[in-house]
Amino acid sequence: MPIDIDIAYVARLARIDLSGEELARFGSQLGVILEHAAKVQDLPTGDVPPTAHPLSMVNSFRPDEVRPSLERSVVLDQAPASEDGYFRVPPALET
Amino acid sequence: MVEPPDLTIRAAAEALRAGTITSSGLLDAVLDQASRTEAELHSYLTIDREGATAAAEAADIAFSRGEDRGLLQGIPVAVKDNMVTNGVETTAGSQVLSGYVPPYDATAVARLRTAGAVIVGKANLDEFAMGSSTENSAYGPTRNPWNTDRVPGGSSGGAAASVAAGSALASLGSDTGGSIRQPASLCGVVGMKPTYGLVSRYGLIAFASSLDQIGPIARTVDDAVTVLEAIAGHDPLDATSYRGQLPEFRAGIGRGVDGMRVGVVRELSGEGIDADVLAAFEKTLERLRGAGAKVVDASLPSTSYALSCYYLIAPAECSANLARFDGVRYGNRVDGDTVEEMMGRTRRSGFGPEVTRRVLLGTYALSAGYYDAFYGQAQRVRTLVSRDFASAYEHVDVLVSPTSPTTAFELGARTQDPLSMYMSDVCTIPTNLSGDPSISVPVGLDGEGLPIGFQVMAPALGEPVLFQAAAEIERLSDFEPLRAAEAGA
Amino acid sequence: MSYEAVIGIETHVELRTRSKMFCGCSAEFGAEPNTHTCPVCLGLPGSLPVPNEQAIDWIIAIGLALNSTIAPRSVFHRKNYFYADMPKNYQISQFDIPVCSNGRLAVEVDGEQALIGVTRVHMEEDTGKSTHVGGDGRIQSADYTLLDFNRAGVPLVEIVSEPDLRSPAQARAYVQELREIVATLDVSDVKLEEGSMRFDANISLRPEGIEEFGVKVEIKNMNSFRSLERALSFEIDRQQRVLDQGGRVVLETRHWDEAAGVTHSMRSKEESSDYRYFTEPDLVPIEISDEWRERIRSELPELPAQRRARYVEMGVDPLTAATVVGGGLGEIFEVAVSTGGSARTVSNWLVGEVTAYLRRESTSIGETPLTGEGLAELAHLVESGDLSGSAAKPVLEGVLSGEGSPREVAVARDLLVMKDTGALEAVVDEILAGHPDEATRLREGDMKVLGYLMGMVMRATGGKADPKLANEMLRDRA
Repeated sequence: MPIDIDIAYVARLARIDLSGEELARFGSQLGVILEHAAKVQDLPTGDVPPTAHPLSMVNSFRPDEVRPSLERSVVLDQAPASEDGYFRVPPALET
Repeated sequence: MVEPPDLTIRAAAEALRAGTITSSGLLDAVLDQASRTEAELHSYLTIDREGATAAAEAADIAFSRGEDRGLLQGIPVAVKDNMVTNGVETTAGSQVLSGYVPPYDATAVARLRTAGAVIVGKANLDEFAMGSSTENSAYGPTRNPWNTDRVPGGSSGGAAASVAAGSALASLGSDTGGSIRQPASLCGVVGMKPTYGLVSRYGLIAFASSLDQIGPIARTVDDAVTVLEAIAGHDPLDATSYRGQLPEFRAGIGRGVDGMRVGVVRELSGEGIDADVLAAFEKTLERLRGAGAKVVDASLPSTSYALSCYYLIAPAECSANLARFDGVRYGNRVDGDTVEEMMGRTRRSGFGPEVTRRVLLGTYALSAGYYDAFYGQAQRVRTLVSRDFASAYEHVDVLVSPTSPTTAFELGARTQDPLSMYMSDVCTIPTNLSGDPSISVPVGLDGEGLPIGFQVMAPALGEPVLFQAAAEIERLSDFEPLRAAEAGA
Repeated sequence: MSYEAVIGIETHVELRTRSKMFCGCSAEFGAEPNTHTCPVCLGLPGSLPVPNEQAIDWIIAIGLALNSTIAPRSVFHRKNYFYADMPKNYQISQFDIPVCSNGRLAVEVDGEQALIGVTRVHMEEDTGKSTHVGGDGRIQSADYTLLDFNRAGVPLVEIVSEPDLRSPAQARAYVQELREIVATLDVSDVKLEEGSMRFDANISLRPEGIEEFGVKVEIKNMNSFRSLERALSFEIDRQQRVLDQGGRVVLETRHWDEAAGVTHSMRSKEESSDYRYFTEPDLVPIEISDEWRERIRSELPELPAQRRARYVEMGVDPLTAATVVGGGLGEIFEVAVSTGGSARTVSNWLVGEVTAYLRRESTSIGETPLTGEGLAELAHLVESGDLSGSAAKPVLEGVLSGEGSPREVAVARDLLVMKDTGALEAVVDEILAGHPDEATRLREGDMKVLGYLMGMVMRATGGKADPKLANEMLRDRA
């Protein structure tokens, strides 16, 4: 059974403005994919620990040393909009 | 006389030092080949003529001065367009990065440059490395040089096709679920995914951080090792980069397989595999037996769940990795009255359908109330997969399977059914989950003349035994690589 | 109905590392916008974080100073949400295994001590800064927003208290003590005005005697200790009124308006964000060995509470000790005492005349020529009777202003006590002769007139008479 998802909520969380038609289409596609992905639930895992990293490395740090930053002109060169050395965006609705 | 585009790195390196060819000459031949084939194949998104010419000239000057930085000096290579190149457009195959010019090089790219390699251009890929056919590229698909009605595989389709077609002598691809090995298999070249952590991910546009690895695509196993030697090793800019002593990659090459214990992964070598692929697989096993290998059956039960596991972990990580594409600091912005609107519209117009699907899927799998059942459970299943591999390696030296269940399928054949596309990766995904190294070696052609790949897997940091087996398989096979003249016909 | 306030505070402290948490950009405050940025802290495609080892040392120090348990194994998590000042649209933070947990801090208000629990101390990264342009500068009416990512990626330590605070005054004492501890550790500038220390509060009311928590309101935008106290007081009143009227407190975030002295509703906390925490795959776990932890512990400086207790044992009263320590005057105090000055005397001068002077001149102790040895010398002058207690104040001022050593200033200003008994006798005789009625009364045993006559003697000698001697002489010679 394809899984039923609140696709509108998920799209909001993912910040993708989908149309109603797109929401419906993706929602049903996802339902089918998830049904197959949910197969993982069939495997008993008991107290098996989750893998967060394939390596067993720990304590990978860097010393507290300052390195050259990018030139601001380079930084803002790729900016879709900038002003006086700042990136510029439309105002926020939420805080 | 071998046409320059058909040269292996080693042969080209010899010719360069013998003076029978120059780097500039080699580059010209490769660029000519690209001109001839690109209209049909579309392996490249960007060809950096200027940069490549300068690098070739520098290599020639170095040779003339007696400076020799190694086999890669003066060798033309392609780089998959999800690795950033300083000053050269990098799109990740997506509209959202159309026109984006990075201000830095990926570490793997920088190391190639240090080795004197000539970077020809950026190879086409499935958008953000998500796909198995390169049909998800926002800039049009790449076609298979063996048969242009067919896909080259993916997501490193352009990287594999360029090497097969002779418009590069080697390339860098990336592999998250099989994206180096599967296209290598479909294009009849060698493709290898190193042990996780062996090659720095700094500068690789992240898809799934705990699965992604950069690796070489080349004509021969020997060439693949040459590229790996140049790019592998600790990078202080990647906290997940392996810090220990590197294994001697070439230690086993040429030693053969006499006495080697070869385990056939039962779950990946029977059901669902095409008849021709299975036949070529069995034939290779016979040859291995003939060469003294002990071929045994190996069962890794949890690999049956590997696909499901992958399709929860990879989308979950990618949903966070792609959150940065919001039109604020770089990329293609679509405006809005509010910043929320701007971000939402930018992402909607910038991401293709497969990427959108995976971002949504990943967001869902991590969301409150669903985390444990989906992402949490997948990470536990992943541990079981790793344990299965570890147990198997107590009894065998390497594990084997076909690389891909099928040979190259037709363009459009699987685009309507995402699940059918995902099945292309069923043999390759398990080693991404475990972090172990694996390689695809071309071993034959099917009834329609399409290449078949054979996959070898080894324990973590087991590159020496991996290459040892792969080199022997290559030596024993009668596979003939594509000639430049035939490419794209 | 009588209510009890239940308050918890969430504090953020920026560490004063040279470089940022996950990249080598300078973490220095105040640079031109977007001049301390790189692929990592800008969230450019392909970039990766690598943790600053110094920051880990320092968060362990903070945890130990707060009596916390240090996790032997700790991991980073991604906290996912979209916001323009967040380059990756996720923040690298910590979720279920923070570096430090189960700490506590003693806080004193009006002589009463309370032990405040510190739930957790964890490591994260700061965001960029937004400037809202147009409208009245507030976010709701802005035309557009400008972004500076210099601050993005600066190491941030989050300290979460248990809801153990019971009054605005106690909450204020808590953050002040926290600030003092962090300043003593020298791991942060803790300048509220620069944002290197920030706090939010959570407050709810419950009927007295009831254990169940009431509905909690989050308060943001308190930029000083005073505004914290004011905001909490306001909230208590507001919530009390709501409850008294039979209403229900709404679970929400409120914004403190310093100018108006009120909190405004910001957003309903009902739709609390789904941060989708998962272990950060680009970072490996932190394992803190016993050796590492104990090395940090052995390097901890004496903490404010320990120092205050030590001064009290020296004979200083607790409030004075707190002011000496809190005012950064501990070092000069200790030098003075070790050079022979009386702890009580010196500490009183420090919290009195010295502090007043520093405030008046808007300067700090290090910028004045006053030394611990100088204070000891001054104390000795008074003890030996060469200077009267009241003359010490102008001498101290003179030393602070750079007029010289205490003895030099006393001599220059002619404040040394008159040692010539003959001359004093002469003055006493003169006063007695000039005030025959008072002299008679004194002779007959009227002690009240002694004070008046003493005043005369002091005036005649310009304050330099030895009061004890003058007192004796007046009584003898009356």
